[in-house]
Amino acid sequence: MSLFPEPLLFEASRPGRRCTRTAGAERARATEGLPASELRQRPPALPELGELDLVRHYTRLSQKNYAITTNFYPLGSCTMKYNPVVHEKLAALESFAGLHPLQDDGEVQGALGVLFELQQILAACTGLPEVTLHPSAGAHGELTALMVLRAWLDETGQTQRRTILIPDSAHGTNPASCTLAGFRVVSIKTSDTGLLDVPDLREHLGPDTAGLMITNPNTLGLFEEKIAEICREVHAAGGKVYMDGANFNAIVGIARPGDFGVDMMHLNLHKTFSTPHGGGGPGAGPICVTAELGKYLPVPRVVEDEDGYRLDHDRPHSIGRVRAWHGNFLVLLRAYCYAKRLGAEGLRRVAENAVLNANYLRVKVHQKWRVPYDRICMHEFVARPKSEVKDQGIRTLDVAKRLIELGFHPPTIYFPLVVPEALMIEPTETESKETLDSFAGALNQIADEALQSPEILTGAPRNTPVQRVDEARAVKDPQLCYRCS
Amino acid sequence: MPYIQNTEADQQAMLAAIGARSLEDLFAPIPAGLRVAGALPLDPGLTEQQLNEHVSGIGTWNRAASARPCFLGGGVYDHAWPALVDHLMQRSEFLTAYTPYQPECSQGTLQWIFEFQSMIAELCGLEVANASMYDGASAAAEAALMAVGATGRRRIVVSAGVHPHTREALRTYGRHQDLEMVEAPLRDGLTSWEGLVGADTAAVLVQQPNFLGLVEALDRPAALARDSGALSIAAVYPVALGLLRSPGAAGFDVVVGDGQSLGVPMGYGGPSFGFFAARERFVRRMPGRLVGTTLDRQGRRAFTLTFQTREQHIRREKATSNICTNNALIALRGCIFMAAVGPRGLEEMACVSRQRALELRASLLQVSAIREAFPGQPFFNEIPFRIAGGEPAVTRLKTALQQAGIAAVLPLSRWYPGLEGVFTLACTERTTPQSIAQLAQVAADTLRMEMAL
Ligand SMILES: Cc1ncc(COP(=O)(O)O)c(C=O)c1O
Repeated sequence: MSLFPEPLLFEASRPGRRCTRTAGAERARATEGLPASELRQRPPALPELGELDLVRHYTRLSQKNYAITTNFYPLGSCTMKYNPVVHEKLAALESFAGLHPLQDDGEVQGALGVLFELQQILAACTGLPEVTLHPSAGAHGELTALMVLRAWLDETGQTQRRTILIPDSAHGTNPASCTLAGFRVVSIKTSDTGLLDVPDLREHLGPDTAGLMITNPNTLGLFEEKIAEICREVHAAGGKVYMDGANFNAIVGIARPGDFGVDMMHLNLHKTFSTPHGGGGPGAGPICVTAELGKYLPVPRVVEDEDGYRLDHDRPHSIGRVRAWHGNFLVLLRAYCYAKRLGAEGLRRVAENAVLNANYLRVKVHQKWRVPYDRICMHEFVARPKSEVKDQGIRTLDVAKRLIELGFHPPTIYFPLVVPEALMIEPTETESKETLDSFAGALNQIADEALQSPEILTGAPRNTPVQRVDEARAVKDPQLCYRCS
Repeated sequence: MPYIQNTEADQQAMLAAIGARSLEDLFAPIPAGLRVAGALPLDPGLTEQQLNEHVSGIGTWNRAASARPCFLGGGVYDHAWPALVDHLMQRSEFLTAYTPYQPECSQGTLQWIFEFQSMIAELCGLEVANASMYDGASAAAEAALMAVGATGRRRIVVSAGVHPHTREALRTYGRHQDLEMVEAPLRDGLTSWEGLVGADTAAVLVQQPNFLGLVEALDRPAALARDSGALSIAAVYPVALGLLRSPGAAGFDVVVGDGQSLGVPMGYGGPSFGFFAARERFVRRMPGRLVGTTLDRQGRRAFTLTFQTREQHIRREKATSNICTNNALIALRGCIFMAAVGPRGLEEMACVSRQRALELRASLLQVSAIREAFPGQPFFNEIPFRIAGGEPAVTRLKTALQQAGIAAVLPLSRWYPGLEGVFTLACTERTTPQSIAQLAQVAADTLRMEMAL
């Protein structure tokens, strides 16, 4: 990692420097007929840099990041697997990247074909036949599905059903999406086996229940073994079951949520289908639903008829649009490439090796770390420091910082909320045994250090561009942009 | 198997360490009846070479607008960008990292987001901007919801000149918040706000330039909002802000938009990025990620995610938004693009795009069947034209241009009943005088039979 401070673009800016120019600009001509009141008095104060310095700036910034291509990145729930580089080449082809979204269907048959086939692939993987590729990320998919649920409830006259039950181990987007879709949230307990507490669920099911949002495998990395029974109970109470499919990597090719009785789910293509995370997106969060709910999905739908593929806007029951255009197409194209490259067998191997790697890592660390649910896990597991470590004043945050010092991106920390001081570890299928061994070695070394010389942890990281930032100060004295006007 | 490094021997050793006999053992927690018997009904996998051939083959069924003269607009424009944008955003340290939760190993991402926020805030004339939204439409919807939260009112007055997809997304989002959407109609192509904004209004939303391509007067909606205690929200086309005044300067509280024109391939509509800028007093109500500066343990400047207590991972059902993954990498494109063109570069792009539009107008008005739809109204780079012969003539023109290899003609009647026979054409700095001449020639040939208006 580059340790040198890198000035802000604005600090490096010098009047008169620039990278590119556009020939032929004449402001006097260009402003003819525009009302003077709507014209800018001075150009926006963007930074001014030459091309070399700009290239260096971003190259150096990139060297201040850990990434999948530089380090093991076991960020739980995020499925930081290898992102095939061939996808970048294919998604950059002008025959895809150069399509305008208002071109007639006849000019974009290739793009529509990719979308149509991807829908079919996702339907086959999930066992849920109706698919929309519009949602831009997982949370957007959740929101879209909850709106679909509202549309169904409203159309069937069940407007009293306004409560969604959510396990306390769920990701924060689940309850946040419920609020946006106008539902009340009731939290359901996690039992001492790490699974949804079915009696607690039963107690909360009632005439106001719109549905259950369940993550499976759940955020503890455990498969909800009673999922079929849970679905039956929710259905019997008149609700629908939504499955957060963020963790689909564990079961792709192995099991289909449609067979569990799930009515709706989202997939994070930036997780299971390996589209790059990009520092926080773009993602794609398609939702797959039962035949019954298909008519409510957003418009336009991609359909096939005798003339080929076309966009169908004529869906009177649809919830409408959730975004502009037709989804994050170039992300969807990468996911399509991934599915085509792997095929049925390759996808199954993904799940097998993701689960194998997670369990291997679990048994490599479960002596020195407390693994609250220490049994066969799916694609990830949750660990926490032993109580002796806590007695030394060491917190999970210190563990994370020491891991950074040792060259690893830390796991997800302090989530799920049901395990205090959680470290949520997801190795993914693309890592080698050697990498897992070295990470386990580091984690075990840290457990020893925490007892013998805790200052090693509290002093970490020492080899990074910055060390332990003052987050409270960032809120007390907010500096959110350079030269706030 | 592609991308999997475990060998048979590795697997055996790992299974032994776990104490499992087979891979299948590991799936014991999934009841047998819920497991797929056999393989999924998917084609066998491809080699990388087969994948290349397969996917480039599919590409040949497309006719990319960017590879031909493109006059299509409607919110997505065929702008150019310097090669360094593509080059730098492929740095895999940006491409394959995720949300910068750990500042020590994410300063690269955090710093560019801070720079991005700064540039967007400057362009919009406001004090703060977030790290990105999904797209322009969802950014506008979130802005409207923020206004509802800030004012405790439920009525949003939306200009009919706002992109139809934005208005549709707003309607979809708003339905579940009992949001009341009132449309301010277009009169002679520009928004008429008369009598619509009052004490029950949470926000006014205007688009600059509007969907017809016309430049709105921003003072009026800003003043109406201010006088009634509502928020003023503008959705903008960022390249136009190289020439047009920022909504912030016109008194707007919130500016949103879609970043596609800032160095992002048209990509059949996505991914692009949405941006969201606001006055500082709204910081705690804003959706999305925010990066700020602070100090580290050694007293050095450091960048970090901040105001996270607004966000879903802390606040859950009380969060200001449900957004988590946003469109960071594409925002990085926009960030590098803005830095590469700089202040004068953006102005030049805006100027040349408008100059070409003026030339296009001059050429097309030579065709007797074509007139400006709203003569005298100011346009930026996209112009609404009216054709004698109505919708059938619009379709004929579009088809003839397609056959001539030109991507053009956005008919407006689909969204604006009453504007039958009206369509827009857009120019960018990529538009050439030759393509304008060719377009005008095809129009003249095709419409020879139409009566002049
Ligand atoms: C379990 C779970 N649900 C939902 C989400 C939200 O997905 P996204 O970030 O794509 O919106 C995530 C990931 O961030 C997740 O881990």
